[in-house]
Amino acid sequence: MSTPAIEIAGLTKDYPVGFWRKRMRRSLDDLNLKVEDGETFGFLGPNGAGKTTTLKLLMGLIFPTSGTARVRGRSIDDVNMHREIGYLPEQPYFYDYLTARELLDYYARFSGYSRAERRERVGRFLEVVGLRDAADLQLRKFSKGMLQRVGFAQAILHDPPVIFLDEPMSGLDPLGRREVRDVILDLKRQGRTVFFSTHILSDAEMLCDRVAVVVGGKLQGVGAPGDFVSPEVQGMEILFEAGESALPAALAQRAMQTGGRYRIEVPEAELHAALADLRGCEARILSVLPIRPSLEDYFLRLVNRRELAPRSVEVAAQ
Amino acid sequence: MTRSVQSRSIRIVAIAAPILLAAVVLLQTGIDARTRSIAQQKEELLLQSPATAKKLSLGYDALLADVYWTRAVQLYGDKVGKTHEGFDLLYPLLNIATSLDPKLLPAYHFGAIFLSQTGIGGAGRPDLAVKLVQRGIAANPEDWHLDLDLGFIYYWWLRDYSDAAKAYLAASKAPGGPSWLSITAARMAQKGGSLEMSRMIWSQLYESSKDPRVRKNARDELTGLKALDDENHLNDLAVGYRQRFGHFPASSADLVHSGMLPGVPLDPAGFPYQFGLDGKAKLDRRSPVVISPPPPSPPPRPPDKSPAK
Amino acid sequence: MSAIPGVVAVNTFREAVRDRVLYNLVFFALLMIGAAILVGQVSIGIDRLVIVNLGLSAISIFGFVMAVFMGVGLVYKEIEKRTLYSLLAKPVRRWQFLTGKYAGLLLTLLVNTLFMTAGLAAALYYVGRPFLRSDFSIVVAIYFILLALALVTAFALFFSCFSSPMLSTLFTLGVYVTGFFAADIRDFGKLTHNPLISAVTRAIYYVLPNFHNFDAIAAAGHGEPIPGALIAQNTAYAVVYVALLLVASSAVFSSRNLK
Repeated sequence: MSTPAIEIAGLTKDYPVGFWRKRMRRSLDDLNLKVEDGETFGFLGPNGAGKTTTLKLLMGLIFPTSGTARVRGRSIDDVNMHREIGYLPEQPYFYDYLTARELLDYYARFSGYSRAERRERVGRFLEVVGLRDAADLQLRKFSKGMLQRVGFAQAILHDPPVIFLDEPMSGLDPLGRREVRDVILDLKRQGRTVFFSTHILSDAEMLCDRVAVVVGGKLQGVGAPGDFVSPEVQGMEILFEAGESALPAALAQRAMQTGGRYRIEVPEAELHAALADLRGCEARILSVLPIRPSLEDYFLRLVNRRELAPRSVEVAAQ
Repeated sequence: MTRSVQSRSIRIVAIAAPILLAAVVLLQTGIDARTRSIAQQKEELLLQSPATAKKLSLGYDALLADVYWTRAVQLYGDKVGKTHEGFDLLYPLLNIATSLDPKLLPAYHFGAIFLSQTGIGGAGRPDLAVKLVQRGIAANPEDWHLDLDLGFIYYWWLRDYSDAAKAYLAASKAPGGPSWLSITAARMAQKGGSLEMSRMIWSQLYESSKDPRVRKNARDELTGLKALDDENHLNDLAVGYRQRFGHFPASSADLVHSGMLPGVPLDPAGFPYQFGLDGKAKLDRRSPVVISPPPPSPPPRPPDKSPAK
Repeated sequence: MSAIPGVVAVNTFREAVRDRVLYNLVFFALLMIGAAILVGQVSIGIDRLVIVNLGLSAISIFGFVMAVFMGVGLVYKEIEKRTLYSLLAKPVRRWQFLTGKYAGLLLTLLVNTLFMTAGLAAALYYVGRPFLRSDFSIVVAIYFILLALALVTAFALFFSCFSSPMLSTLFTLGVYVTGFFAADIRDFGKLTHNPLISAVTRAIYYVLPNFHNFDAIAAAGHGEPIPGALIAQNTAYAVVYVALLLVASSAVFSSRNLK
């Protein structure tokens, strides 16, 4: 079996809290995870679940209380591990007095490229992320979307086989999010391992081979997105527009109206009766679709269940 | 902001700013006048101790020394010719300046003259001048000008001709010191106090000093000495006149009429000499020439305090 | 690997330039011009002395202020602004980053001082004395100032690794002032005749940085030669002390959890 791209074993992080820093708050509790080569892996969880903590631990920005992790067989303590990874932090911020070109050139120097190689790569990746025209503009003038693109460029400039992205879609407009999705798909096509954290489940469903769900610092489950939802149909959804005659009272009560359209959910068994009623009042049927629980439902159920219990575990100071 | 709102703001600022600024200037002038009158009652130096100044300088001794030296010069400029009080701060300022920078030679030179100088020309404290210059000699043993200044103080203000001679001798022996000073030293011990000797040392000071204030002071003294010489000469003539005519001349015109003088003698400022009822010549009241009053008689000689060499 | 501190240093220098830090030179130039023009009227007989004293003191003060205010932000700013996040994801060791930031600030101070030296030379030229051999002590005095600045910067960097700019500034100023009074502290300890206090105050005297060693302004003003042995000793003192502080900074910073 080949070495997993990412291997996390028993990773735990406690933070001292309180004025005298005596109490500990466990923000990550015994995380165990394996990501294979070439996988696109989603790391899901609500805000404060420990996603960013995990990424910071992997990057060596903070140090684990216990546990280990390896990337491409190298421990996260090994500085050479960083040669094979790229990292895009959440809401990235770069030296705003540099231009995009200067920033990428600066970062490229850490990878030991010659001047010619640097120039070639910087130019190429500016093109790839669509910043060729803004290449010589100071970063302080960049919009959020542009900064995100620079962030991507610096993360993949040195062709790393493993790429870590922290909330790559956050704060972007739909066009931006589409672009990010395309980039991730492109990286996937190139055979790289992509590990990204997000709380937007539809993106995860669409892009990921597998996902891990973490809530309150604890891993809740790992698997393909489809594994989290049962294939059963929970009901039928009917979209329609009202006709000349008024709706039957029973239906009108349960329907949700938006402008001229109505939406109603009925159990599968009642479908035909409902459709007959609607045809009876000359409503125009727009669509009839089955309702399946989504990842989001699973997610919400999980989070709601936890909200009854204390959110994070308080561990006595060691 | 719209255009009209913007131009209104500009107009308001253009009117208000000069008025407020003028008010600030007026108030500051008022405050200055008030604090000056308070300060005039009692001028004080916040720091009297050189040691404290050294501590507070946080390492910038040399610059602070220059600041104190400049203040000393300004104080002199304020007070000279106006009052014989108010020089009290001169010694502390020079003391601190030379403590912070012991090689600040111009300060010793300045202090030698103006700490000693009497009347409205200085502080009238030759003892402090001696103290200052002796410290200077200790810190700058190779500079013979300081020995010269010390000798000057002893000669002119303290009338201590033997200590003066010792200092002049030390100056002649120091590296680079003019050897002819040893001759002056010898003569000083013998003929100290003579007008001729006094003129010579003041001339020598005038020639050698680079400080324009010291030079001006020396020139004034030399002028005074010339006037003193003239007065002595006129006094002799007045005695001769009385012997001939039985009374003192009323004015120098009498001497001219009697043929004892070719013309009315004028002092170096161009004013005619007057005669008092006692037959002593004196300067015209309007004359700017000043003859330095003789210093108080020297204190009883303490045990030998010749400058260490 | 060894090139990385240099890369960081050059970027730090570039940041200082683009932050318009070098504009302080304008004030220095105005000061020197004013002094050169006015000194003749104000201070008779010591115009060259005053220009040298003023110029060197200004070089020292301006440099000191720059060293402290920029030094305390060296690490703090990168953590606050999170520019450090993407940087540390690269194959760079934390001590390389620290050394590079330090070297970059030192380079900025050096360039700044060189410009100021030129300004001082121009003022001296204006006042009318041709340059003499004894003026070499001015160069030595400036070198000593640079050594002192290197030491101050190292302190500021050290504090910057674990405290906010305000506290770091206070600490660094505190170290400078206390170092200035170190001899007094030791003498006071001796006076108490208490062996424990004497030992402690003596230890304090040796540990605290003695910035007075680097003060050659008076000597430069009077054109006195500065012994080569002192130059060598001061250089060694600065190098050793800076190395100590850089090692300590690396140790603190390498184990720090970034927020």
